[in-house]
Amino acid sequence: MAPASCALCQNAKAILKRPKTGQQICKECFFYVFETEVHHTILEAQLFKPGDKVAIGASGGKDSTVLAYVMKTLNDRYKYGLELFLLSIDEGITGYRDDSLETVKRNQQQYDMPLKILSYDELYGWTMDAIVSRIGKKNNCTFCGVFRRQALDRGASTLNVDHIVTGHNADDIAETVLMNIMRGDIARLGRCTVICTQGEDTIKRSKPFKYAYEKEIVMYAYFKKLDYFSTECIYSPDAYRGHARAFLKDLEAARPSAIIDIIHSGEAFEVKEEIKATQKAQQTCMRCGYMSSNELCKACTLLEGLERGMANSVITDRARRKMDELRPAPDILRTIPQYRSPLPAVSVEVAPQS
Amino acid sequence: MSSDTLTLKVEFGGGLELLFSNKRIRDVTIPAFVPGDSSVPSPESESIQPTSLKQADVTFLLHYLREKHLTDRPELFMEKDTVRPGILVLINDTDWELEGEGDYVLKDKDEIVLISTLHGG
Ligand code: SF4
Ligand SMILES: [Zn+2]
Ligand SMILES: [Zn+2]
Repeated sequence: MAPASCALCQNAKAILKRPKTGQQICKECFFYVFETEVHHTILEAQLFKPGDKVAIGASGGKDSTVLAYVMKTLNDRYKYGLELFLLSIDEGITGYRDDSLETVKRNQQQYDMPLKILSYDELYGWTMDAIVSRIGKKNNCTFCGVFRRQALDRGASTLNVDHIVTGHNADDIAETVLMNIMRGDIARLGRCTVICTQGEDTIKRSKPFKYAYEKEIVMYAYFKKLDYFSTECIYSPDAYRGHARAFLKDLEAARPSAIIDIIHSGEAFEVKEEIKATQKAQQTCMRCGYMSSNELCKACTLLEGLERGMANSVITDRARRKMDELRPAPDILRTIPQYRSPLPAVSVEVAPQS
Repeated sequence: MSSDTLTLKVEFGGGLELLFSNKRIRDVTIPAFVPGDSSVPSPESESIQPTSLKQADVTFLLHYLREKHLTDRPELFMEKDTVRPGILVLINDTDWELEGEGDYVLKDKDEIVLISTLHGG
């Protein structure tokens, strides 16, 4: 095959076929269009304003490494006026997270951004290694997900940032849409495609790579020679996710636009306001102060289960109150430090149950 | 360098190296002409002439890597006669989709890069 020349500059040799458009483009044009599309995503969604302090959730993996690089590039090129930080969560997984954190530490040097690492161990008193040795490899990702979410918010509040950006890419979002369809979870279906989420009391979170294909992120990292870490977590089972991913990749192979098409169909499922109104009002966790829709936040509930040695059973508010009567919780349990919301306190009115 | 073999530089990335004894870069020498169905000739069958021969292409290289160098979980590397969806292939630093994918006829000293996109986030 004769090497084609770039469809954009008609000049240099094409090195990549874009999955989104099928265009064949050269290396320099690829860098430019990839960065520019992210820039447009940011502008269109009005993600930032000058002076914002933004933490990049950094795992050392491909997505967040490319995100950190591109955020820095765009912030310099288009003068966003952002103060950027790297925020990493150390789940305490030997042979996985300890190695990937080394990558994040190198990124800190390379990109010249302050780095904050927050560990499950310091926050919850449990590493994932310890959790898995207690509960086995079945529900570990439930714990990990809940703990990570809260750890990121707490890390962000320590850094005093306004906003967390994460490296979720178009493939990730399309996959989540598929999984929510398979589960029939309509409420999540619309929500999972939203580029920026902010609740009453939460730190803004957004996904500047919402429309960036995984293939292009990996190609970008390859051609820019970015340093990232790519080992699977040793506790990763997630067979469901594995299936959805494989299915998505098959779809993409047959029709590359499938990924964007799936995201658009998820977006079409935006949850109507009336439905939202019936969802539980937000309040704060009575034990740690983190936002919660029950008396205890999810992390405190899971932690209590671990501490009481009954992590595999769901602890309802009622069951917990009963247990408290027998043996008051705070005396015997390790708890999470008080959460300090970065936002001015708002009083949340809890609507009476009708 | 005799003309009946090709020596290629093969590089693995994105976690794919874990399936290949965690070695990122290796030189691989393959025959210049190979069975038409990309089957990898075993030493004993050397005398038996396959019915059809073709010039070694990337599809053959993939089969060869699976037979000779892969150490773990072959199902994560190939599906049918090609790489599993989600594995990117570059031929001399160009997306293989621009080079005819598996049908690309290899030349001596070609550099092939295989990157998994499926690992880590
Ligand atoms: S695979 Fe599960 S346990 Fe491992 S980092 Fe991800 S969520 Fe945590
Ligand atoms: Zn060009
Ligand atoms: Zn709590």
